[in-house]
Amino acid sequence: MALKLPHKDVAIIGLGWTGSILANELTDAGLDVVAIERGPWRDTATDFPISYAQDELRYRIRHEMFLRNSQMSVTFRNNTSQTALPVRTWGAFMLGNGVGGAGMHWNAEFWRFLPSDFILKSHLTQRYGASFLPTDMTIQDWGITWDDIEPHYDAFEYLCGTSGAAGNLGGKIQDGGNPFEGSRSRPYPTPAMKQGFGHALFAEGAKKLGYKPFPQPSGNLSQSYTNPLGVTLGQCTYCGFCEWFGCANYSKASPQTTILPVLLRKSNFEGRTDCEVTRINVDNTGKRATGVTYVDTSGAEFEQPADLVILCAFSLFNVQLLLLSGIGVAYDPQTGEGHIGRNFTHQTVSGGLGFFDKDKYNFNPFVAAGAIGMCIDEFNGDNFDHTSVGFVGGGYIGQVQTNGRPIECTAVPPGTPAWGSKWKQALKDNYLSTINVGAACHASMYSYRDNYLSLDPTYKDRFGRPLIRLTIDFHDNELKMSKFLTDKYTEILKAMGAKQTVTHPRKAPYDVTEYQTSHLNGGAIMGDNPGNSALNRYLQSWDVPNLFVMGASAFPQNAGYNPTGTVGALAYWSAAAIRSQYLKNPGPLVHA
Amino acid sequence: MRDGWKMLPKVLCAMSLGAAVGVSAAAHAGGIDKQDFNQVERGHYLAVVADCAACHTLPGSGHDLAGGRPLETPFGTLIAPNITPDPQTGIGAWTDDEFVNALTKGTARDGTHLYPAMPYTYYTKLSRDDVLAIRAYLNTLPAVHNAVQVNQLPFPFRIRASMAAWDEMFFTPGAFRPDGRKSAEWNRGAYLAEGPAHCGACHTPKNFLGADKRGERLQGYALQGWFAPDITNDARRGLGSWSIDDIVAYLKTGHNRTGAATGPMSETLNLSTSHMSDEDLKAIAVYLKDQPGQAASAPAAPDRAGMKIGGQIYADECSGCHSGNGQGAAGLFPSLNGSPVVQQTNPTSLLRVVLRGALSVGTRKAPTAPAMPAFAWVLNDDQVAAVVTYIRNTWGNAAPAVSASQVGKARQSLAERTD
Repeated sequence: MALKLPHKDVAIIGLGWTGSILANELTDAGLDVVAIERGPWRDTATDFPISYAQDELRYRIRHEMFLRNSQMSVTFRNNTSQTALPVRTWGAFMLGNGVGGAGMHWNAEFWRFLPSDFILKSHLTQRYGASFLPTDMTIQDWGITWDDIEPHYDAFEYLCGTSGAAGNLGGKIQDGGNPFEGSRSRPYPTPAMKQGFGHALFAEGAKKLGYKPFPQPSGNLSQSYTNPLGVTLGQCTYCGFCEWFGCANYSKASPQTTILPVLLRKSNFEGRTDCEVTRINVDNTGKRATGVTYVDTSGAEFEQPADLVILCAFSLFNVQLLLLSGIGVAYDPQTGEGHIGRNFTHQTVSGGLGFFDKDKYNFNPFVAAGAIGMCIDEFNGDNFDHTSVGFVGGGYIGQVQTNGRPIECTAVPPGTPAWGSKWKQALKDNYLSTINVGAACHASMYSYRDNYLSLDPTYKDRFGRPLIRLTIDFHDNELKMSKFLTDKYTEILKAMGAKQTVTHPRKAPYDVTEYQTSHLNGGAIMGDNPGNSALNRYLQSWDVPNLFVMGASAFPQNAGYNPTGTVGALAYWSAAAIRSQYLKNPGPLVHA
Repeated sequence: MRDGWKMLPKVLCAMSLGAAVGVSAAAHAGGIDKQDFNQVERGHYLAVVADCAACHTLPGSGHDLAGGRPLETPFGTLIAPNITPDPQTGIGAWTDDEFVNALTKGTARDGTHLYPAMPYTYYTKLSRDDVLAIRAYLNTLPAVHNAVQVNQLPFPFRIRASMAAWDEMFFTPGAFRPDGRKSAEWNRGAYLAEGPAHCGACHTPKNFLGADKRGERLQGYALQGWFAPDITNDARRGLGSWSIDDIVAYLKTGHNRTGAATGPMSETLNLSTSHMSDEDLKAIAVYLKDQPGQAASAPAAPDRAGMKIGGQIYADECSGCHSGNGQGAAGLFPSLNGSPVVQQTNPTSLLRVVLRGALSVGTRKAPTAPAMPAFAWVLNDDQVAAVVTYIRNTWGNAAPAVSASQVGKARQSLAERTD
């Protein structure tokens, strides 16, 4: 029997990026907020101090930062004809845990989506005709436009101190930035990061081929920065231990380095760590959330009543919790009915290797950062004419080598023995003169009728709750796109002067054991009417209006960029709607 | 190292006194008008400046100034008493004169002597008006019934009468007398620093009986496992390299362009100085900048081989945040270059920060509160000695070398501390 706790105005599930943003915004609005986090508290000096933060074995290989599969996992299959099996060690993606969530272990690649990405279905249909799209593709518009979201991208960038070079300032194209980006209201808060030799060489190669390279926008800061909340971040030291790691230098934007110092000072905020929410409670009408139930590490169960519930867990677990709580209708791929679990997507990443003459090139690959790099955007989204390429979508291409870590960065030319003295010699010969980028092509994955999330019929967690089941595979559209982009990347490697290239376009089937990215999206998507989505344009549940669902689970499909910039912008967008509209008149913000 | 009586004060009314005279005693004593809003406001401000809460509020108790906080002194432990208006267990039954005597003469209601953990040696500088304003404010607090057994000292210190002799030797009662040769601002700063703010309670060296060494005022003192640094205008160890604005920023926010507060000063910042007016902080800064430093003494040049090793350790372990030139980053990583904490003759604080790490203070205006990680687990005594000697003698810094045995003792002493 759950112990019923005193009422709170707001219960937030998960204290990562979106939970921290919402908690800060809603406490600013005067509400009494509790955030309930499954994992532990973490802070820089205690949990990843400079004296051991750069431990590749501990963090990269042994997954120190991540959710333990014994606490919660997922099951996976490629299609409905297979029986899904549980993931017993993370492979294709890494799922965060604890305060800060994935915002602790990300690379901090800080992108905005394209204006056309938010109106994708309309845009593509208008330009190419409805019949141009594969029949099983289920892409749709987001229900918001560029003008809606731009101020919130800006807010998130200024929270984080994002380093970059503007490409389109108030409609005017800027030299050195991304000319394809949507019009931005302000420059980046800090200048672009300094680029290494390999990154700069990529820019030269790209320019030779007529492209317009620009520095990757970065949440690892080029200089010290104090954000509007008064929190100071440090300058990146280019140590190259970002993704999979916590930053020991206070220079990677994370909830810890941008929001939590202010949030924790507030008397109307409370965080409860090591507490796992097991369901969102709804009243007998099914139309109103009454709070959440959670379990602490002793196994004691608590009911936390709240007027407003904000679901801020990782995308997969948002969807799992909605399904377990009976909120909305579970998606059925046979009939296409139902919305919870629909339009599940990942990312289509591909890359390769460029081997250079060791006597002429020394890239010092260990001088790096999670979001260092030079990129081109000529082949992203609908920045180019797709009429004759046989697919839709695209991605950015870049020399975005984030590290030279000794266990991972052991690429050797094809034909080298896998061990022994010849392997060692080849490694020695090539370590400093190889461009090694696994995700050089960071491309979209659009949504399809048969890629979806559902509750697993067999495998359960320690409480007897079904695990979330991933049914996903790559479709021809994405495979063609990946080959197209990877070929373009190879052309640039050659223009840079590579003596040998090895490229790996993404192949089917989707492999859950090999790392791709941790960008899992969809399943509780936003849209312009309850017939096509779980959430309205403000991320408010169509079914339960006092429930808002943050995060990439709201993406109707994924664009050719890393998602966190958009996740943060959507959180600010939703928080603004709650503050300016919902609190004055609680109820549906969009009437169907 | 020994601490002075400061660690935390205590007023001492005796619990043996027991019951009380009556709630109305104070009201009849004169000098306090319950309707005088301005007096209550001024009293609140002075209570903040005097940092009453540091000792008289038990953190986490939820009861302001109701006592119960243990105060560590080199002579044993005292428990701070209840100074809420509760007539039985607080000071509700005290007359105003009794209250004035406690603060300015160090005597309890029954005429016995307070222990100087209660800084009456400083509060004696307060004007009667200011003391009564504090009383007026205390009268407005909720009365909390909380009996406190103040005296936990071992024999012979528990004999309160011994304090009469102590007062005779070390206590000069008397209100603050302005220095006509100095500016009004200087005198305001002097009044605050030497009176209610009682800076010297931590920052002035003490003799073997815990009394201030009068000839070494504000030149730094080891207590609570830290070294409260020299806050005279000494060029290296004191505030010589800080401007008036640097001092104000530090006292207001806990951080300035080069330094960050940590340790016991964090609490002083949060409870006291960050709430003080900019004018008063500036006055304190003006006064402190006018205090002469220690006699100049050039420390012996450190061993060259050790400096080389120290420099290598610095590059590996420290320069990522504090940067190669030791300047760090404003508001985040303190500058070691020119740092007074780094150059104190007594390296207690420096060793503590390196060995155990330290969380800097977070304040409303500087909420970041960055922390230094602990290095005790990764550097041995020789290595710590080398690296701290290096930073004490690089970039123009100069301070005595630190030996491995000093590090070993600091390590052992920290292992015994729970704070």
